[in-house]
Amino acid sequence: MATDISFMIGGEAGQGLQSIGYILAKSLAKGGLYVFANQDNESRIRGGHNFFQVRASAKAVQAVSERLHVIIALDERTMTERRRDLVEGGVILFDVDKIETTESTETLLGVPFERLAKEKTGKLIMANSVAVGATLGLIKHDFNILKTVLNETFQAKGAEVAEKNIQAARAGYDYIADRSRIKFRYAVETTGEPTDRILISGNEVIASSALVSGCKFMSGYPMSPSTPIQQFFASKMRGHNVVFEQAEDEIAAINMALGASFTGVRAMVATSGGGFSLMVEGLSLAGMTETPVVIIICQRPGPATGFPTRTEQAELEFAIHAGHGEFPRVVFAPGTPEQAFYLTSKAFNLAEKYQIPAIVLSDQYFSDSYFTTERFDISLIAIERGEFFTESDAKKLGEYKRHLITESGISPRLLPGQSWGLSVTDSDEHTEDGHITELAEVRTKNVRKRLKKLELIRREIGPPYVYGSVDAETILIGWGSTYGPLKEATDLLNGQGSRVKMLHLSEIWPFPSEVLAEELKKVRSLVSVESNSTGQMAHLIRAETGIEVDSKVLRFDGRPISPSYILREFQTIG
Amino acid sequence: MVTLRDYEGGETAWCPGCGNLLILTAVKKALVKLGLEPYQVLMVSGIGQAAKLPHYMKCNLFNGLHGRTLPVATGARITNPKLTVIAVGGDGDGYGEGGNHLIHAIRRNLDITYLVHDNQVYGLTKGQASPTSEEGFVTKTTPEGVFVRRLNPIALAISLGISFVARGYAGDIEHLADIIAQGITNRGFSLIDILQPCVTFNRVNTYQWYRGRVYKLDSSYNPKDPMAAFQKSLEWEDRIPIGVIYTEERPTYEDHYPRITETPLVEQHHDIKSFEEILEEFKV
Repeated sequence: MATDISFMIGGEAGQGLQSIGYILAKSLAKGGLYVFANQDNESRIRGGHNFFQVRASAKAVQAVSERLHVIIALDERTMTERRRDLVEGGVILFDVDKIETTESTETLLGVPFERLAKEKTGKLIMANSVAVGATLGLIKHDFNILKTVLNETFQAKGAEVAEKNIQAARAGYDYIADRSRIKFRYAVETTGEPTDRILISGNEVIASSALVSGCKFMSGYPMSPSTPIQQFFASKMRGHNVVFEQAEDEIAAINMALGASFTGVRAMVATSGGGFSLMVEGLSLAGMTETPVVIIICQRPGPATGFPTRTEQAELEFAIHAGHGEFPRVVFAPGTPEQAFYLTSKAFNLAEKYQIPAIVLSDQYFSDSYFTTERFDISLIAIERGEFFTESDAKKLGEYKRHLITESGISPRLLPGQSWGLSVTDSDEHTEDGHITELAEVRTKNVRKRLKKLELIRREIGPPYVYGSVDAETILIGWGSTYGPLKEATDLLNGQGSRVKMLHLSEIWPFPSEVLAEELKKVRSLVSVESNSTGQMAHLIRAETGIEVDSKVLRFDGRPISPSYILREFQTIG
Repeated sequence: MVTLRDYEGGETAWCPGCGNLLILTAVKKALVKLGLEPYQVLMVSGIGQAAKLPHYMKCNLFNGLHGRTLPVATGARITNPKLTVIAVGGDGDGYGEGGNHLIHAIRRNLDITYLVHDNQVYGLTKGQASPTSEEGFVTKTTPEGVFVRRLNPIALAISLGISFVARGYAGDIEHLADIIAQGITNRGFSLIDILQPCVTFNRVNTYQWYRGRVYKLDSSYNPKDPMAAFQKSLEWEDRIPIGVIYTEERPTYEDHYPRITETPLVEQHHDIKSFEEILEEFKV
């Protein structure tokens, strides 16, 4: 059977779950496997119950598995509470000196993580590397791969630290190998061939894409789960002459981005729903002043503070409708790393070409998860900055008007500081040259001008992704981060004899009504699959196409939708 | 040579006799004095009667939202430090709605000049109390008189170690123009609180009221002494000092990131290839 194996590292906050998980994921990925890893953290710095789950497969995987083959229990709670998730023949690795058990079974595999760390390296902190070593020893992974990963991970801390971690890992690895009675039945077949894949989190994809796409200014206020985007961008300041500015609040953040954009660079902000609430006034300002800006919203469960470290997709209708007044915008919701990379870049292009705000919706599940994916092709990134008013335009056309009424609705931009014109804009309704006005006819013309751009933007929106049985009776509709779970559920259902298709929307606004309606009319039964409690996409489909979605698979407990969750819910709606 | 004519703008919509008219003249005089062309200047304003000022002259302008002038000015200045960035608004805009932004703009110390027309009342919304209204000031929203403490912007600015803070008076255009020019020339964040009589809604702090109280700081005053400056900032009731109250030489935001002045973000040629290495670190 082809490899499809899931590991879970569980313990308290502050025990280093993430670093164990990341090293494990990277070692498996280097062995040629596809890896998907997700994090489940409580909103605390120490204590509690957190876990990091890694799934490795011979096939591309982008969803979490509910069944575990190996549990690395760093505390007793993980061992007792998560044992029920273990498959038959699965194993729990734990520190035999720290967790007492009288039980002697093949399931419970005690390894003295801390004792071995102390013996081999003199440092208790190396216990995590012992645990990683033991895990890879259990599945008989090539130790040299782990060695390389440890070197890469710890090189910044010096050769000695890396070497000690390798010694600790070796001790864990050998400890398992020396116990011949251990027969782990789930084989992991590695190809051993180097791949050109990358292992990257959703947030890292979005931040990298912004940088590659020429975003020079980002402002933000730390807020889970968007903070890693801000930190990644900030980490590139020195080498790439970009600026990240930590704002005093989200209101300042979006206004700074608008100031930067008006002055001439690509600018972005990243936040979660609560921060976006504060940015909404600025969103409307972008609409009125026709200032490009890219807004990343990493959704988490609300209302209010909600579940700060968990996942939900409840900001779809908010993102589409936020802001006082009427103005055009774009809303994307990527579901794969590729989509996130190319759509973030497209968001910058559309924002600048049409001088509008462009929103990219992620969520905690997508943002914090790690994916293996083929390396992105940066030759596909084209930077389209839209029309500018040049010095020769000034000679031909005379005085510059920032909000000139044109056929397309797009007024060429002029960056402040050019000797051939003045760039003037206003949050008040304004004349073509950007000055405050009260005139009714100017107002009517400007409203039409701004909305006119929407017709051109509509033509830029790509169709939904459709996959599965050609003669499907049922279509599963999803958007954003549920792409992976939907795809796997579709395969599983078709494998069981159901005739099912999936339809995934990643370019959501302006809504691709016509192409969507055509697809939906081909099937008998429509099911929307969403991480929210009301079925926001189902509602949007009805509003935009008049088509009623028959049933909904919803999840709103803050945990990600998994393929098996979809299957279970699908059976109940029959 | 740039002249006042180059800055001539459209017709104003302010009341006859409004202090804003005098401030507008002083702003133009200061820019001419510094030899700046309108295209070299970016004004960022908020909402309120004061925030309309840039519409009545010639310059680049981002007239944003109420209270949000300084964040927009911050983004603009970081992007292009070749621009002379001037933020302008009233006391409600800067000390009420935008109070938090003011604190952090002072801390950041970008080279921005911030003009606050301080008339101690809300004009655009027709006569409500502002953060700088006198105690006892009766308005429609404070029918029993203001009882909350008046915000002292100058004392606040000194406490934050501001690079430059001054008080001007609309009734003395030449003096005000000189202070504005000094503020623009100062390297770092400059706050200029401008006493501005509101002839329609403030019947307390009138030209008459100011005439007997305002006095100019002379050369015997040392604006580099923080304790003396703090004491000076507390003078209000009978005698109100105008002039530069405090200056402190401290590194600017631009000093910390010299690269953004050497090659402004806006002048960078974006070479996609040079960003490819970002993906390198994720290689399996």
